[in-house]
Amino acid sequence: KSYTKIDEDLFEELEEILITADLGVNTTMEIIDQLRDRVRENKTTDPMEVKGLLKELLTEALEEVADPNLNLETTPSVIMVVGVNGVGKTTSIGKIAHKLKGEGKKVLLAAGDTFRAGAIDQLKIWGERSGIDVISHQEGSDPAAVVYDAIQAAKSRKVDVLICDTAGRLHNKKNLMNELGKVFKIVNRECDGLSRESLLVLDATTGQNAIQQAKIFKEVTNISGLVLTKLDGTAKGGIVISVSKELKVPVKLIGVGEKLEDLQSFEPKTFVEALFD
Amino acid sequence: MIFEGLAEKLQNTFSKLKGKGKLDEKDVNAAMREVKMALLEADVNFKVVKDFISRVKERAVGDEVLESLTPGQHVIKIVKDELTHLMGETQSKINFSNKPPTVIMMAGLQGAGKTTTCGKLAKLLKKEGKRPLLVAGDIYRPAAINQLEVVGKQVEVPVFSMGDKEKPVNIAKESILHAEKHGNDVVIIDTAGRLHIDANLMDELKEIDQGVNPHEKLLVLDSMTGQDAVNVAKEFNETIEINGVILTKLDGDTRGGAALSIRAVTDKPIKFVGMGEKLDELEAFHPDRMASRILGM
Ligand SMILES: Nc1nc2c(ncn2[C@@H]2O[C@H](COP(=O)(O)OP(=O)(O)OP(=O)(O)O)[C@@H](O)[C@H]2O)c(=O)[nH]1
Ligand SMILES: Nc1nc2c(ncn2[C@@H]2O[C@H](COP(=O)(O)OP(=O)(O)OP(=O)(O)O)[C@@H](O)[C@H]2O)c(=O)[nH]1
Ligand SMILES: [K+]
Ligand SMILES: [Mg+2]
Ligand SMILES: [Mg+2]
Repeated sequence: KSYTKIDEDLFEELEEILITADLGVNTTMEIIDQLRDRVRENKTTDPMEVKGLLKELLTEALEEVADPNLNLETTPSVIMVVGVNGVGKTTSIGKIAHKLKGEGKKVLLAAGDTFRAGAIDQLKIWGERSGIDVISHQEGSDPAAVVYDAIQAAKSRKVDVLICDTAGRLHNKKNLMNELGKVFKIVNRECDGLSRESLLVLDATTGQNAIQQAKIFKEVTNISGLVLTKLDGTAKGGIVISVSKELKVPVKLIGVGEKLEDLQSFEPKTFVEALFD
Repeated sequence: MIFEGLAEKLQNTFSKLKGKGKLDEKDVNAAMREVKMALLEADVNFKVVKDFISRVKERAVGDEVLESLTPGQHVIKIVKDELTHLMGETQSKINFSNKPPTVIMMAGLQGAGKTTTCGKLAKLLKKEGKRPLLVAGDIYRPAAINQLEVVGKQVEVPVFSMGDKEKPVNIAKESILHAEKHGNDVVIIDTAGRLHIDANLMDELKEIDQGVNPHEKLLVLDSMTGQDAVNVAKEFNETIEINGVILTKLDGDTRGGAALSIRAVTDKPIKFVGMGEKLDELEAFHPDRMASRILGM
């Protein structure tokens, strides 16, 4: 639609775009209010410029916490990967491992999902694809024990990066979150002084529930970054704007497919541009 | 909790209207603003919300406020009734073929819960005296076949697999011959997760559909899905004309507005809901409960 002046219809259309991209009502209202202010401050009169201002605002919001780099200074460093069921944790681990190996790092994986049917084999297949070892126990065994063993192996084998898979769990399941807490207790105890990342995987198709997911996972696992998966679909993943605004954690990586190389660094500008496609 | 929020807001909106007999347009507009926010917060699709609100508005304006209720409660009742109505009046069941085996096919996006739900459904049907066969039709996901085999073992249902080199449509066709030979009266076909915009994989789904003519084609959808649910449901429905939907992961704390979105765009019933990772956690769908949940009750 083309506008001849900046009016309520224009703001409403932009509001609709943001809500349809899963930014949520509250974040959308906040941002549209900021947009009104900015239009006023800049004395903007050309309606064609308003969308540009909105993109600027959104990019700024993301850049405020942006930091695509993983903190992997020490040898070994440890990446924990967590999130609710089916978001793409195991797949993302396969991709991240491949990327790090390509950068010349020695990588090791830990099959910390001992619960889901076939989860261990799934991770092993990902490991095989890039020639990376996987530390695993039996299905049904204690995930904290697997992670403990993997940390010892990472240390003795002089591995650069250990990446630990965890079982998918809904954040409102107290016992499952406690179990995850126990795994993190082991990591904290065994990895004192080592570089660590705790990555929360969010599915781009997810709506407002992602905020709750992020809040509770952050309490239990001290999230250091987000991985936004399945951006190769039609969902925009706008929820990460609310999440990173509220929790002050950056989106680090995005998943754009099911293949080894379908992983990219998060770029606020490109992401914001895609919200309006 | 959120419902109380909505209820409270509506009470406030109407507090100035005590003793009012009929709802006029201005009252209703103010109330509908709150309802609209609540639905959007619950992830109901933007367009679906718009349509819904205008429908409810029409019904509410001029309505006599029930003597037993305050205007706020009255509006909530209208909203809830309308929502329940939209969600489908009664719970639905599996359509069994009178010429067994009944063929059921699962489809949906990646990670929605198809494989798990196959196992759950097999368990449920077995309990009802059926003899199901699970079919490993996902040849792509790493360890998908192994996953289904583990699930099959857990529910003590046989799993038919031809490895990952055969085309899914051939696996599906072959599985039916196998079922006929072995006295399996229900065949449940697992399929790979796929994006609704992936032309090749959507063609593959169509091919399976045309190859075996399933009696039940069920779209498995994650209840945490946001605004995109309408696009997903629409594409799957247009490609294979689904018979119904299974909404998974409702054991979470999502409001589940996707349920309303998919109902609105496909007009297909939600048949079951997934209430956990365990294989006995599949339940019948209750429209009224879902309506309360979306409103945050
Ligand atoms: N299209 C697309 N699919 C993805 C992407 N990332 C993961 N997937 C798919 O999503 C599904 C679930 O991925 P998993 O890696 O098993 O997810 P998970 O979080 O480990 O799942 P659980 O361990 O069961 O909780 C698989 O079919 C993956 O191939 C992505 O970026 N794009
Ligand atoms: N909490 C909960 N988890 C569920 C439910 N249904 C499935 N899951 C979990 O969701 C994740 C994905 O389930 P799958 O059955 O592998 O999903 P899928 O659709 O077959 O995935 P792809 O084959 O990769 O597309 C697993 O961790 C399941 O345990 C449910 O109702 N509640
Ligand atoms: K999902
Ligand atoms: Mg996994
Ligand atoms: Mg599957």
